[in-house]
Amino acid sequence: MLEKLMLYMEFPFVRYALIVGVLIALCSSLLGVTLVLKRFSFIGDGLSHVAFGALAIASVLKVSNDMIVVMPITVISAILLLRTGQNTKIKGDAAIAMISVGALGFGYLLMNIFSTSSNVSGDVCSTLFGSTSILTLTLPEVILCVVLSVAVLIIFILFYNKIFDVTFDENFARAVGTNVSAYNLMIAVIIAVIIVLAMNLVGSLLISALIIFPALSAMRIFKSFKSVTVFSAIFSIVCAFLGIIVSILAGTPVGSTIVAVDVAGFAISFIVGAIKK
Amino acid sequence: MSQLECKDLALGYDGVSILENINFKVEKGDYLCIVGENGAGKSTLIKTVLGLQKPMGGEIIFDPSLKNTIGYLPQQTIVQKDFPASVKEVVISGCQVRDKRKLFYTKEDKALVKENIEKMGIKDLRNRSYRELSGGQQQRVLLARALCATKEILLLDEPVAGLDPMVTADMYSLIDGLNKEGVTIIMISHDIQAAMNYATHILHIGNKTFFGTKEEYKNSKIGKGFIMQYED
Repeated sequence: MLEKLMLYMEFPFVRYALIVGVLIALCSSLLGVTLVLKRFSFIGDGLSHVAFGALAIASVLKVSNDMIVVMPITVISAILLLRTGQNTKIKGDAAIAMISVGALGFGYLLMNIFSTSSNVSGDVCSTLFGSTSILTLTLPEVILCVVLSVAVLIIFILFYNKIFDVTFDENFARAVGTNVSAYNLMIAVIIAVIIVLAMNLVGSLLISALIIFPALSAMRIFKSFKSVTVFSAIFSIVCAFLGIIVSILAGTPVGSTIVAVDVAGFAISFIVGAIKK
Repeated sequence: MSQLECKDLALGYDGVSILENINFKVEKGDYLCIVGENGAGKSTLIKTVLGLQKPMGGEIIFDPSLKNTIGYLPQQTIVQKDFPASVKEVVISGCQVRDKRKLFYTKEDKALVKENIEKMGIKDLRNRSYRELSGGQQQRVLLARALCATKEILLLDEPVAGLDPMVTADMYSLIDGLNKEGVTIIMISHDIQAAMNYATHILHIGNKTFFGTKEEYKNSKIGKGFIMQYED
């Protein structure tokens, strides 16, 4: 089995998949803690459906690089969704549900009406569940992903304290004069970027798993914000790595294999957490 | 100049005002209790003073030397109930605006945190998780955080809500101690007895508004009625 693995490692596409997979897993886990605690676990789901809808628009318009369409639409939706968090007539969860299913239905409709390929349901399925596209990454795509991931990582480290402040107690932060809206905006934009990146990896239906499982697992075992953040990053990297390796060896779909490993990891953390108490 | 002055303040939300003509002044070292029936608008008043919500009219004037910074002890939110954060992490977040240009906490910040943790008597808890603490311990942690934000003026939103009588008494004497050290206190309270014990000034809001010293309130019609109501 090890030989088989070594053989696969010779191929650049396998190495690309591992690099991209691990980086995306790392980034999505970082903000996961904040989103889970702010009661925004479903934002990943909502935004990824928006990204799906945007992708449908991009393919109808026959844009050469669909990122040009998908990224701005997703970022704007993220800003709108996180803004509705407080003091609005439509509450956060309802707003997410509304935008998410709306975009999903609209996207599928567009893909059907303006069908460009002979296999619409195949296209839709691969966008939703993450196709083999992670295994067909080109070098420029890998570089783009590395650059964006590193940027997310640097921003997260620089603003780590501020992110804690606005997550733990938004009202206190506002009262003492922190610019809460600006930081919430920043979080929204980062999340949107991560989701668009992660669509390649696990598809738009399973992105939430990358965001919430590491955070929830870490919260079972650890008690301080720092240790939870560090552990969820490690957890996410390990699961993504194992998931990709298993899927290559066993020939299973990449996205769902990673999520399956995440679920198993959560189960282990749950038990460890229960024993520790 | 007063540390805080509200002139003809009108409160409300969604364009509907719920309270009008609120006038009061807070001087350094005052202990102001805000009392009134449930739903009278006490929390709305606090939120407006803190700038979390816009006033419908009137003015809120802070002493410029305070730089609009108030140490705030909010009511606990649901988010915090299972928030994984150590006591130290919570307290140091009070330093978040001491120097806006800095993204990381300095040695001075850490020293201040240590000092306030000791002052609030929670040194033994400093590495514990906030969510595992009792209600009274959590309030001490939040008070230490508020003290990191400012030593001048503290605004407390029902600091004893949900605490048992012993812990409540502890909390009141802790707050009173801070006031004796010169910290200005503004407190929302359901507990008119405690307000009459500790406060120097009372702001009563509701159908009628009253602002004055504790003695004036005791002798006013509105004050007598409100105190009577709670003695039964």
